[in-house]
Amino acid sequence: MAPDGTPDLKVVGTRPIRPDGVDKVTGRAQFGADFQLPGQLVGKVLRSPHAHARIRSIDTSKAEAIPGVKAVMTAADMPEITSEEAFVGEGPADFKDMSGNTMARDKALYDGHAVAAVAATSAAAADAALAAIEVDYEVLPHVIDVEDAMVEGAPVLHDDMFTSGVDPKPTTPSNVAKRMVFELGDVDAAFGKADIVIERKYKTAPVHQGYIEPHACVAQYAADGQVQIYCSSQGQFMVRAYVAKLLGIDISEIRVTPLEIGGGFGGKTLVYLEPLAVVLSRKSGRPVKMAMTREEVFRGSGPTSGGTVWVKIGAKRDGTIVAGDAVLKFQAGAYAGSPVGPGCMTAFAVYDLQDVRITGYDVVTNRPKVAAYRAPGAPISNFGVESAVDELARELDMDPVELRLKNAAKKGTKAAYGPTFGDIGCVETLEAVKDHPNYNVPLGPNQGRGVAAGFWFNIGGESSATVNINEDGTAVVATGNPDIGGSRASMAMMAAEVLGIDVERVRPIVADTSSVGYCFLTGGSRVTFATGMAVVEASKSVVNELKARAAKTWDIPVDAVEWQDGRAVPAGSNAGDFEPLSLEDLAAKSGRTGGPIAATSSLNAQGAGPGFGTHLVDVEVDRETGHVKVLRYLATQDAGRAIHPSYVEGQIQGGAVQGIGWALNEEYIYDDQGRLENPGFLDYRIPVASDLPMIDTVVVEVPNPRHPYGARGVGEVPIVPPMAAMANAIQDAIGIRMTELPMSPPKVRKAVDEQAAAEE
Amino acid sequence: MAKHHISTTINGEPVEFLCNTEQTMLDVLRDELHLTGTKEGCATGDCGACSITVDGRLVCSCLMLGVEAEGHSVETIEGMADGDQLHPLQQKFLEYAALQCGICTPGFLVASRALLERNPNPTEEEARYWLAGNLCRCTGYDKIIRAVLDTAADMRGAS
Repeated sequence: MAPDGTPDLKVVGTRPIRPDGVDKVTGRAQFGADFQLPGQLVGKVLRSPHAHARIRSIDTSKAEAIPGVKAVMTAADMPEITSEEAFVGEGPADFKDMSGNTMARDKALYDGHAVAAVAATSAAAADAALAAIEVDYEVLPHVIDVEDAMVEGAPVLHDDMFTSGVDPKPTTPSNVAKRMVFELGDVDAAFGKADIVIERKYKTAPVHQGYIEPHACVAQYAADGQVQIYCSSQGQFMVRAYVAKLLGIDISEIRVTPLEIGGGFGGKTLVYLEPLAVVLSRKSGRPVKMAMTREEVFRGSGPTSGGTVWVKIGAKRDGTIVAGDAVLKFQAGAYAGSPVGPGCMTAFAVYDLQDVRITGYDVVTNRPKVAAYRAPGAPISNFGVESAVDELARELDMDPVELRLKNAAKKGTKAAYGPTFGDIGCVETLEAVKDHPNYNVPLGPNQGRGVAAGFWFNIGGESSATVNINEDGTAVVATGNPDIGGSRASMAMMAAEVLGIDVERVRPIVADTSSVGYCFLTGGSRVTFATGMAVVEASKSVVNELKARAAKTWDIPVDAVEWQDGRAVPAGSNAGDFEPLSLEDLAAKSGRTGGPIAATSSLNAQGAGPGFGTHLVDVEVDRETGHVKVLRYLATQDAGRAIHPSYVEGQIQGGAVQGIGWALNEEYIYDDQGRLENPGFLDYRIPVASDLPMIDTVVVEVPNPRHPYGARGVGEVPIVPPMAAMANAIQDAIGIRMTELPMSPPKVRKAVDEQAAAEE
Repeated sequence: MAKHHISTTINGEPVEFLCNTEQTMLDVLRDELHLTGTKEGCATGDCGACSITVDGRLVCSCLMLGVEAEGHSVETIEGMADGDQLHPLQQKFLEYAALQCGICTPGFLVASRALLERNPNPTEEEARYWLAGNLCRCTGYDKIIRAVLDTAADMRGAS
């Protein structure tokens, strides 16, 4: 045992080469668009060019007459779905909305909304068919901005949307789907105790997850009604559930085989193409392959919300924060379901506050329906709150890390959204920043330093794993979660740890929906924690069986056998004197001792440890161009226990850089017709290698008591603090508080000009 | 219109294929030759996932027509390893965990090899600018840059 009481581990905490690595560096790995079936057709989608339009009629006859065109579909080919809450994905969703988002029925609600689809023997024939479909649109007034959409008289997207969460319930429809309030203590009274109050409004732009692999799938509908789907997604069971629901097919008729996923970040937690491919295959009798173009990804798949964040915080002169109040207005895109809920719940979670209130509004606009994006909602509210806390530190003339340490959430802190925190590492991540050399590097002219801390819940959930021991003593571990960033490695490592064998002797696979028990999707930073727990449990069952086989071989009671370093040994001299039996020995003889050795675990993992992180960034602002250069970047985070430290660091670095893009460049730009003007990587600019320095990381380990090895989810926390950290650094560099994202060169330049004009 | 008959060299092997005039080299590689290690991320030359070399020159295969391969020598990710012997860059990417999802990895490897062939001793800044045409959304580039620089150091030491 280590001094802190955690067990000595041989595999966990090491850095083996990932089991799927060679496939991915040689081009052999099959991603969504790499798979094909004999005789497959090319499927393509016709998308609305209007932000808001009634679909009077769709005439597909000319398209159907084109040689090579085998099927044309519209929403009329899909069952009408009644409103029902969907619990399979990462955020709140409604199956009726999901159906409508997959294929517009009466109205097109955004530029890029699917209105029809075709399948043809060639891409050229499919393109010709799309051009020949005649859609009669009645163009309607549209609304893009979240606050414009809330104004009385704004174009209403859904005439059956009556704001929930307000009393009395409105009698007229609006674009506000929901209002919610999270409250602790007496906020209004608490502000009376404050010496200093900071109050300001902030705004963020919608940003896309920006995965490099566009959505793609192949579907085959057989004459007996059996459906095979091969696709890249964040959950084969999610795809199965949604396709079953949207098309009215029994789950047992559908088999989804996961292909490698080329990035998701939450954006592949729902279906776009799969139901259409199944319908086109049913109509044509042939397999249908569909893949989005990059433009379709931007126009037709979910970004995350943009929103406004009004924040008010009050503090005593000594830096004690006594009250926090926030109002969040998030645009959800065309259907209800923005991540404003988690935005509210995480807003002040970094702080130990007695009196706090967060009000949220979920608002529809004529934009693509938002999808989950890494810590959905939290980066938006955090940008406001952590910017305001920085302003408070300046007012108090207090070190921003010290101010946060004084008010940091710790064990026993009751969060505004309900729970009381157990073992958490918020304070430890702040101290790790203070202890890091970056904290004291001298800064030059126009250079500034910013800090921000962030929180994400992390989740557990339904998970399954099967461990099979092969005849030669190697093992196969099957789980049902797509490996989006190295999770095969962590699964194999945890199995190897329990079995006591080398990790190279464990082959992890991601199985199809008919070959392994149900797994909730890859999201919420849950896989290493929750599915890992299933792997550990199944591996423990295998060890128990191995001990039983040894006991049988030696003819002693099973509790007289111990499992040490991959071998069964007698438990002390009383148990008898036997040569140890290795996993290899026991596997080789398994046919004579009771048959194959295998175990399955299916569980609903509880107790995902909350995650905290603190980021520290130095920037240099070019006053002439408005360009912000990142000089150095430090991200500290509590990982509970890093199973594979390289991939934990990688999650932190990648999340931080997505946050830097969110802070500096990324946004959806619409013209006055509500058409997206930048649906490509040239104009929607994500960070590239030359924009960045190395991203320094410090992994803090405050073990999660609910995981066998102490692991916490790590994937989402790192995208939460960067936007505020960057804004705070810019303030430090040039004395200007940027309140609106992205802090792109034109905006920074404008702010510099305004500052100069004000000083004249 | 009749298809074009193209004779070329891919990964050192003579290859012949038929393609339409408008077919890109990326589509030829993926759809006609089933060399799907070369990826499509954007089809507009912005992401570098489809990077190949033609006569040693780094290009986005989505910006090149299939017919342009006539008489030239094309290298793709499939030709990077020597049998089961990984190229040093491939090995270093694995050791450094320089990939998460892996979709951009073939493009980064092809582009990194092209860099090291021209400049065996790149500075960090040179590596970052050379690879600025390859987008990665998972890693934040840190481990990729480290892997490339360390490979360069190893290869200099070995030669």
